[in-house]
Amino acid sequence: MYTETQIVERPAVIDPFEGDGENLVINIGPQHPATHGVLHLVVTLNGETIKKVEPHLGYIHRSIEKMCESLSYRQFIYVTSRMDYLSAHINNHACAMTVEKGMQIEVPARAQYIRVIMDELTRIASHELWWGAMAMDLGAFTPFFYAFRERETINDIMEQTCGARLTMNYMVPGGVMADLHPTFQQKVKDFITLFKSNIDEYDELVTGNIIFQSRTKGVGYLSKEDAISYGCTGPVGRGSGVSCDIRKIYPYEVYNQVQFDEMLETGGDSFSRYQVRVKELRESIKIIEQLIDNVPAGDYLAKTKAVLKLPKGEFYTRVETARGELGVYIVSEGGTTPYRIKFRSPGFSNLSALDHMVRGSKIGDLMATMGTLDLVIPDIDR
Amino acid sequence: MFIKEYLSDIYKATKSLLTGMKRTGYYFVHPKEIITEQYPDNRDTLKMADRFRGEVIMPHDENNEHACTGCTACELACPNATIKIITKFDVTPEGKKKKALDTFVYHLELCTMCNLCVQACPTDAIKMGQNFEHSVYDRSMLLKKLNRPGSKIREGVE
Ligand code: SF4
Ligand code: SF4
Repeated sequence: MYTETQIVERPAVIDPFEGDGENLVINIGPQHPATHGVLHLVVTLNGETIKKVEPHLGYIHRSIEKMCESLSYRQFIYVTSRMDYLSAHINNHACAMTVEKGMQIEVPARAQYIRVIMDELTRIASHELWWGAMAMDLGAFTPFFYAFRERETINDIMEQTCGARLTMNYMVPGGVMADLHPTFQQKVKDFITLFKSNIDEYDELVTGNIIFQSRTKGVGYLSKEDAISYGCTGPVGRGSGVSCDIRKIYPYEVYNQVQFDEMLETGGDSFSRYQVRVKELRESIKIIEQLIDNVPAGDYLAKTKAVLKLPKGEFYTRVETARGELGVYIVSEGGTTPYRIKFRSPGFSNLSALDHMVRGSKIGDLMATMGTLDLVIPDIDR
Repeated sequence: MFIKEYLSDIYKATKSLLTGMKRTGYYFVHPKEIITEQYPDNRDTLKMADRFRGEVIMPHDENNEHACTGCTACELACPNATIKIITKFDVTPEGKKKKALDTFVYHLELCTMCNLCVQACPTDAIKMGQNFEHSVYDRSMLLKKLNRPGSKIREGVE
């Protein structure tokens, strides 16, 4: 129970008339085109200057963690596609890896290669969508279609091999659900050729654009220390100079066998975060190029028992999704279902820094900053 | 000095905008390079990928026979209780009782197309179909019975 003083001390609803009486509270969302989903921001303004931003969550809370407790170790993986739906593969990958770690299943080399290729394709598709949506937030409509042109190609490749376009459920404990489609490698190579020529269009259209630059440069500044203390990971952390790429620090699967650079920018503003992501597009291409011709022959799925039972204990794995570090924490009591599952999602921590980043800036900058945070609301709410 | 900077800013800004507009203009005069699917006009030619997961189906052969033994493995594998297997007891020619499938109830409205049931089936009796046009006017029409009327299990499938 709260005592009376505690209730008073809690930072409750903002009083619109606090301060000099000029403050205005507006609600952005939960149904607003700029929040890309059901995010609700309560913004306190003084004129055009932002005093405070309070994100209100819960509009798309489906209680995925609780649902997972009643599902078996094979079944719970498909639900996680619905968290960060743009990194569905990578979420599934993290869960499959946690189960494999607990049961000490050896994943065949072929499956590891396929998984990493799929992860990187997902990352490209996700960054594509972000790039289009980000430009749209700032008023440029055309880039959205350019981005979706390439993303569509990836979706077609996914559809052919995994059977679905967005919620694939392709990673299963022990490997992947099905072997690569015979035309997979050729299609990916075609895509890489196409993408390499198209990515320069991106720079021409948006990166070099003077309006875009002046709307993002110096906007939404996040210092390195703050990025660490807010737990920002992924391109948001790397845009502030924090080296936090899980693929580099704790390599999983075959990431330690491929050459790629961790993209770091030290600017800490929206433009730095933008550049990190655009550069990551090129890095992902590099990773895929190294792997696509060398997929070893062999099994794509390890032999596992029909009913999976994790031994009693706690298991944690982390992966790098398109948005940052995703942690999967399973507590097992030795049964067929998890006792407790916790997901450490990147979107939640990145959103928590929003208030700090935009205080004192203009309301137009809020959109630019939110755009470069690359928020996926179901990932924040789960 | 100030004027010079001002003019160079204008020059740079115009150039960056024109570079972008050049791209847009290029596609404007090259409509062939635009990729848009004319759905639903292209229904006759539209072919989904072989592995595309649109719904669960149970293939029957020409003798109206399927391969389902009624073992309920798919029902247990499904995370959403989409499948309900109702079994009955057939009497074999030797006079023994044998478990067999009576009705395969499939709630399409609950299905997430995760493919787990297909993987769990020991006799490959079910698979994913490519049809994706499922819209109907009433939710109850999505409740399906997958085994056809009068169908029975194929000889030799255990
Ligand atoms: S595809 Fe998945 S959700 Fe649908 S019936 Fe099969 S197991 Fe259940
Ligand atoms: S469809 Fe397959 S798994 Fe399901 S009851 Fe029939 S034989 Fe068993």
